[in-house]
Order: sequence, then C-alpha cells, then structure tokens
Amino acid sequence: MPNTRYSIFSVLRESLRGHTGWGPAWRDAEPKTDYDVVIVGGGGHGLATAYYLAKNHGPLRIAVVEKGWIGGGNVGRNTTIVRSNYLLPGNIPFYELSMKLWEGLEQDLNYNAMVSQRGVLNLYHSDAQRDAFARRGNSMRLHGVDAELLDQAGVRKLVPFLNFDNARFPVQGGLLQRRGGTVRHDAVAWGYARAADGLGVDIIQNCEVKGFKREGGRVVGVETSRGTIGAKKVAISVAGSSSRVTAMAGLRLPIESHVLQAFVTEAIKPFIDGVVTFGAGHFYISQSDKGGLVFGGDLDGYNSYAQRGNMPVVEDVVEGGMALMPRIGRVRLLRHWGGIMDMSMDGSPIIDLTPIEGLYLNAGWCYGGFKATPAAGYCFAHLIARDAPHPVAAAYRLDRFATGRAIDEKGMGPQPNLH
Amino acid sequence: MRIACPHCGERSLDEFLYSGDATVTRPDFASPTAMDEYVAYTFERANPPGLHRELWYHAAGCHAWLVVTRNVSTHAITKVELARDAAPAAKASTKDAV
Repeated sequence: MPNTRYSIFSVLRESLRGHTGWGPAWRDAEPKTDYDVVIVGGGGHGLATAYYLAKNHGPLRIAVVEKGWIGGGNVGRNTTIVRSNYLLPGNIPFYELSMKLWEGLEQDLNYNAMVSQRGVLNLYHSDAQRDAFARRGNSMRLHGVDAELLDQAGVRKLVPFLNFDNARFPVQGGLLQRRGGTVRHDAVAWGYARAADGLGVDIIQNCEVKGFKREGGRVVGVETSRGTIGAKKVAISVAGSSSRVTAMAGLRLPIESHVLQAFVTEAIKPFIDGVVTFGAGHFYISQSDKGGLVFGGDLDGYNSYAQRGNMPVVEDVVEGGMALMPRIGRVRLLRHWGGIMDMSMDGSPIIDLTPIEGLYLNAGWCYGGFKATPAAGYCFAHLIARDAPHPVAAAYRLDRFATGRAIDEKGMGPQPNLH
Repeated sequence: MRIACPHCGERSLDEFLYSGDATVTRPDFASPTAMDEYVAYTFERANPPGLHRELWYHAAGCHAWLVVTRNVSTHAITKVELARDAAPAAKASTKDAV
C-alpha cells in the first residue's frame, strides 16, 4: 500500500477536508507462511533494520514480528538523547554514522521525527575529569566529530543557572557536542515503520516468538503465537530480552538485563536549551518540546525484567539534580518508569552472526540503544544481507570477549551494572 | 525492594552492593578446556526471567556476602542465605578442605 507522502500540500489539503483523508501510517499485516528475512522485535532497531534491508539490499520479502505493539517497548522508554561523543576507535565511527543518519533522517523517511540538534554538554568537576574529557574530545575530533572543551565561563554563557560553586563538586567546565541533541522517540518508531511498510515490509504486531524452527542445526523460521513463519534468515533485535530469545536457540549471551529508570516533570516554560549531564554523580536532563523536564541517572544495578525500579535510585537521581540545578526542586514529577536494558559485559553492543546458521544478533545496547537506532539498523541490515559486518560495526563481535577484544569505554571490566 | 539480612534484619536496598549471578562457579584452571570454561564463567550468563540466585554484599551493614533468591520479573525476594553456606563455590571449597 503506497502511503500518502507528507508535505505542506498534503497538510493543506487535509486541513480543508477536516483531516478525514489520512490513512493508517502502515498496514496491519497478517503473517505469510515464509519470508526471506524475519526480524524478531519491532522496536526502533528492528524497524530500522527492516527499512535499510528493503531500501539498500532489496528486493527481499521481509517481516518484522513484534510481541506487543509498535512503539511500546524501549523505543518509547528512553530519554531521547542522541550524541556521538565516544572515546574508543571501535565506537566513534559507528556512532558518528548514526549521527549523520539522524541528520538526514526526516528527509529520508518523509516523517517529522523532531530531530533537534540542541547540543549535549557533559560537565566536569575536577582537573582529572577535565583531562579525561579533553582526551575524549581530542579522540572525537581526530575522527572528524565536533567537540568543544569549555571552561567555566563558557558553560556559564550556555547554562547560567547551574550551581557552579557547589562546595564539593564545583562546575569547572564541560565538553560540548553541538550536533548532539534530542529526537522524538515515538516518531522514530512510527517513521521507520511507515517507511518500511512503504517498501513492502510486513509489520506483524501482537505476534510473540515462542521458539525457532530448526533444520539440521540451521534456523529456518520462527514459531510464533500466530503460527509458524518460515524464513531463510532470522534476525534478533530485542534488546532487554535478548537472553530470553536466544535461550530458545540454546545460546547464552555475555549480557545481564537491568532496569534503568527515567523521569519527566510537569511542563514548564522553556528553560533548558540542550542536554546537560552532571559529571560528579550520574544525572542528565533535557527539556522536551512539550515543556517537561526529562531526566535520569544510574541503573538500579540488579538483574530485572520488571520494567520498574526502586526508591534508592530515585533518591540518588534527584539528589544529583538538586546538586546541579537547585531551581528544579519545586517542579513536580509527572511520571517515572523503568525500561529493561541489555547490559553487556564490556558496555558495548553486539551486531554479529551467531554460531547458529541462519540466526543473526543485534543486542547488548546497554543504555545507549536509542542514539544508535539508525546506524544499528543500517549495519545490521548490511550484516544480514551480506553475511559480513559493515566496516563501522566490525568491532561489535559476539566472540570479542573470548579473543580479548572487549570495547570497554568506561574501563569497568566484566561488571554489567557498572557500565 | 528490601533485603532481610540474616544478621541485621530487613534493610534498605542502598546498604547493599550487587554482584550478579551466584550460580556460576570458578572452573578448574588445570582443566584442558580451562580457557573456554573461564570465558563462560567470566562473561556468559543465563540471565533468566523469574527466579534468580544472586550475590549481594551488605556493604553498609555487617559486610556479609549473601545469596538472595529473587524473582527478577516481580522483584519478590523468596530466600536470603549467607553465601558462606549457600554459594556453590563455597560448598566446593569446603568439600576440598575436608
């Protein structure tokens, strides 16, 4: 079904017709008996994978099977931040590709995802932290990514209302990536779903994968709550539940599932321009276009599939917020929620073939999956189509722990709750 | 979620540190397949939904290591034991000593 192309003309036409002519953004597809590729998981990554597979590697018969509904998982639970301020060579080119794809996303998808490059500012509070940020900034610039190291005066110009002279954690300055910012997360899911559907991808909702169909070791399809679906290739993209899904194929992953909480306040007038992170604790905040302050902090730190957290971390996050910008203390909290993260053993993701023929894996996104959505889809599609990794994602191998090639951005070792 | 420490009684979560799956055991370094076993021991986890046996350290309390049995899908804790008695590694080493 070719869906309407959105433009100023279609908006004008529909405004004259009382908005009665808009069709659904994608078809509610029924599962067929077989496909070339079945993607398990209709989140941002799964839908982006389907879109780039159809666009760059087609023609292919592609289905996305989703247990719940589109936009109901982690793609709607994150804090919408996009950035590419990484340190290690295995990470920077990948996240920079993602940043570039974000920059062209709305034109590419013909969908308003509210990509807003309002800047991401990481504050530093000690000489040692300044040196570490300078190193990271230099590493970014060597890879062609924008980074500016600001002193305290530079930060004061951008966000004058911080508690600069906090006795324990004075704000000394910050590392700024101006091209970073926020993107409306639901629109990313909807935009990719609509664009993939426009290229013939079947998006099958309320369809839970219960097992894999095997033939002589090879995966040749999925058993679902809506029947068996055959597939030449099955691609798993279910971050948060990766271990549960791969367990059905007898595969143990270097991943623990952890809960991360996020918060949003009542809407107030524009007050914070960009994304600001507190370097002395773990607190990050931005203001949504609706006016709510969106913020979060650390993982709760224990294995969880419960999609909700506990009070100690709530306290810790708001203490961080109050230390950094005391003026938010009188704003009332509107909602808070939890999402389940694939915490990998080195804090970096996995986009790789698995030891099982016909089974492909995109997992381990820790709490950095949203910003990676376009590049993860792009590179995973490349891997599925060609059975070889995309050059910028070549380091995200499943066997890197055994071969000593872990990509440990924070230098924490195999402790998933510390990444 | 509060943890009932066998020594201190029911305490707030922020007194404890988490150290992951309590069911993995350190392999024998002299085994011919020790390399593969250590990779699995260090990095690979079952990460199941439902009941999970896990290690907690009562850092801001009695400093005991605990094995907590907890439903990770609901956060309901069903059992708290001292790791000294409950951890498989501890059991193995006691056996060796005997």
